[in-house]
Amino acid sequence: MAESNNQSAETKLSDVHKRIKAAFETFDNAANNTVDVREIGTIIYSLGCFPSQADLHDFIAEVEEDHSGYIHLDRFLPAMTKVLLEHKFPPIPKDLLLQAFEVLDKDNKGYLEPEELTKYMTQEGEPFTQEEMEEMLTGLADHERNVIYYKDVINQLAIDPDM
Amino acid sequence: MGCGVTKSDQFHKHSGKAIRAAVLIQRWYRQYVARTEMRRRYTWHIFQSIEYSGEQAQIKLYNFLGYLMDNFTPSSNERNLISHIFRENDICRDAEWERYFCYKKIEVPEIYSGPHLTFPLTVEQAVGLVEAFRNKKQLHSRYALQLLLETWKLLRMLPNINRISTCHSKEITICGDLHGQLEDLLLIFYKNGMPSLEKPYVFNGDFVDRGKDSIEILLILFAFLLVYPSDVYLNRGNHEDHIVNLRYGFTKEVLTKYKMHGKRILKLLQKIFSWLPLATVIDQKVLVLHGGISDSTDLNLLARLDRHNYISALRPPKKRNQSSASTSMDSDLDEDVWGANRIFQRRASLTFPKPLGARDCFHNRSLQDFSDRIKVNVETELEIRRRRRSAFNAVMKEPETETPTLSFDSVYSDNAKEEWKQILDLLWSDPMAQEGCVPNEVRGGGCYWGPDITEDFLNKHNLQLIIRSHECKQDGYEFCHNRKVLTLFSASNYYDVGSNRGAYVKLGPDLVPYVVQYQASSMIRELTVRQSVGRTERSALKVLREQLFAHKSDLICAFKKFDSENTGVVSLNDWASAVESVMHLDLPWRMLRCQLVTRKTSEGMIDYYDWFNELAIIGPNSDNIDQSLLETLYRHRSTLETIFRIVDTDNSGFITMEDFRQTWKLLSVYLKMEITDEAISDLAVTIDSNQDGSIDIDEFMEAFRLTDKKSRLERGRSMFMGTATDLTKLEGDPNI
Repeated sequence: MAESNNQSAETKLSDVHKRIKAAFETFDNAANNTVDVREIGTIIYSLGCFPSQADLHDFIAEVEEDHSGYIHLDRFLPAMTKVLLEHKFPPIPKDLLLQAFEVLDKDNKGYLEPEELTKYMTQEGEPFTQEEMEEMLTGLADHERNVIYYKDVINQLAIDPDM
Repeated sequence: MGCGVTKSDQFHKHSGKAIRAAVLIQRWYRQYVARTEMRRRYTWHIFQSIEYSGEQAQIKLYNFLGYLMDNFTPSSNERNLISHIFRENDICRDAEWERYFCYKKIEVPEIYSGPHLTFPLTVEQAVGLVEAFRNKKQLHSRYALQLLLETWKLLRMLPNINRISTCHSKEITICGDLHGQLEDLLLIFYKNGMPSLEKPYVFNGDFVDRGKDSIEILLILFAFLLVYPSDVYLNRGNHEDHIVNLRYGFTKEVLTKYKMHGKRILKLLQKIFSWLPLATVIDQKVLVLHGGISDSTDLNLLARLDRHNYISALRPPKKRNQSSASTSMDSDLDEDVWGANRIFQRRASLTFPKPLGARDCFHNRSLQDFSDRIKVNVETELEIRRRRRSAFNAVMKEPETETPTLSFDSVYSDNAKEEWKQILDLLWSDPMAQEGCVPNEVRGGGCYWGPDITEDFLNKHNLQLIIRSHECKQDGYEFCHNRKVLTLFSASNYYDVGSNRGAYVKLGPDLVPYVVQYQASSMIRELTVRQSVGRTERSALKVLREQLFAHKSDLICAFKKFDSENTGVVSLNDWASAVESVMHLDLPWRMLRCQLVTRKTSEGMIDYYDWFNELAIIGPNSDNIDQSLLETLYRHRSTLETIFRIVDTDNSGFITMEDFRQTWKLLSVYLKMEITDEAISDLAVTIDSNQDGSIDIDEFMEAFRLTDKKSRLERGRSMFMGTATDLTKLEGDPNI
């Protein structure tokens, strides 16, 4: 299919649709174009978006089928397309992320103690559950010193864009 | 969602900033976790797709060989090459069998350091056996044969369906697939205790294949069965089947470990497998079986049939002379049925192959052709395909490509066909989320059955729960169908280190399943989810790259279709479509793209020739071997190996040059490929390096392994070598 300029908007749209469908289908266990509402966050995140919990709740409210616990592709597709085309939940730039960590690292140590991080993550913002916190600590903490070298972590966990 | 509530004055000064910072970090980390979950899911899909397509390929191969059997002259060389795997019920009297399996003349040398068994077996000996295997000892063939003989005798007295109860407040422990993973069995015994009068066990099939200690697991299970016949129950799995074993490693394992007597051991095991009970019912309420059910499953019928007629679940029993069920060891006094019934068959040989129209037919014939219960017409077929689970067949499948079937012959009575279907469904079926019952085309046998089928079945038989295995689950177990069906899988780290936990279930008089999970190897427990996903993902991707590389010609063809102007590049969308059209694995290629193709042009297109260079896997020194032949060999190495083992009738590990040529001819017909005699000769000469007229199978297969020979995936894990496209035509490939 030749890519000409006037077709590029269409192609782009079709591209976006395919991406969304591919992600959706991974969680569509019954192959009936619906997914459990609890998986929506994962799907949206995997499409490269960074919504907050509040953003997610708003989005779900828009697309859920009357609190059935399920979301149908028919409603998800247009809503998600809009999100992607408008770059609604853009990724967090590395330097911004670094600044955020530095704010929490009040003593400018270059690392965070697990207790410090835990306090913030479980008490501020949109708090983590205990499970989330444990996973984060196990994943991010340096094994020997048991502290979080956030600069390294940010680099290690850099997301490579899907497209 | 929530607002953070600051709990201490310390935060007050920077509270606004800190809160915003925290929110940012939380968003970022949650995104990361979600992506990890996504990766885990598609990694799973990769392994599962490849595993199931391997099973499908095995059935296709068996089917194909059956077709050949039907069409060869009785005396042709080709037929002799493969006929012995179909000669399941040899003519033999009891006395002859006794002689054949006799262990008495086998001497145990002084230097043997393994366990010595005396019969009747005692519990101390059984426990000693476990210890010996834990210490990597091997049981001498004399004792192995003796143990197996005793097991055979016992099994023949058991009914098709075991009926047990949790009386005396006994808790029954139920285990799922073990697949030769001794470590897991040892872990279960460690956590739960060994089988005893107070500790009854049910083992739900698939004890063998894939793992490297299948025979040890069998010997342990049989030893405890002999010691505690009222407290150890074994159900047959789809891998307790010599045809499946040819491909999935058990046959090879036995022949390697027991060089002198392996063949006899395997033959005896064939009989033992056929005598394994089909199911177990606990307290008349809980049904335990390996695969599952279908809408026609009938426990009464299953209880009545002669289960030992089904040596392999993949082939219906031959029609027998109507002799009444005798009490001899082997009641089938068949003549070689092939001879008599073949009078009416067309004759052909590989040298003068028949036009292959007929074979297309057998591919499209489905199990339901001879079962009156399920009629699958075209509309239903399309409907079925649309409702297929996302992990499996693609929505728009070409009808002629993927309908693995089991061929049948009109000599089989309706009764036999009905019984056969019952057993097949029992051993091969999988549950699905949608209602109804459809053929399990992914695996090639059995059905997919829905929650309504479960409901009806349970009501009809007055049961409350079905416990089955057959499918690997990440947590080792999974409930479905409103918690009326429990899948139990006991082989941890099945796909790769860290891929999944294993589980067993304890059932007390209240019949409420209590699940215990575990994972072999302590190293795994310390890995985070992220790390273990990363490992498994890397393995999966490696396997996938192999598969892609093995289909290079087909893929290039497919790419060219999207690249009419021959620019050498395609768009991401087109790349994904082309790949799926060739591989038929129904994977999220777009998502996998960035892991599989690291280089992109500046306009976001993919240079496919470049990509193959990237994928290039180092092969053997192959200057004088035709490249396309090499690719074929690589892609079909599992099928090739299976055929070799079939051809190697004396299980020596060597086949003659002549047999080698015949094997190639077989493969070329199977693949609908042209391989010239010259090409085969060149190949043979290269392989037979010492020019002695025989070829070492293992050496030959080694030549085509990847450079990373120590990879866990390579050791006895031939499941990853089967592909869904064993029958892909090589369309107009210029290299051939």
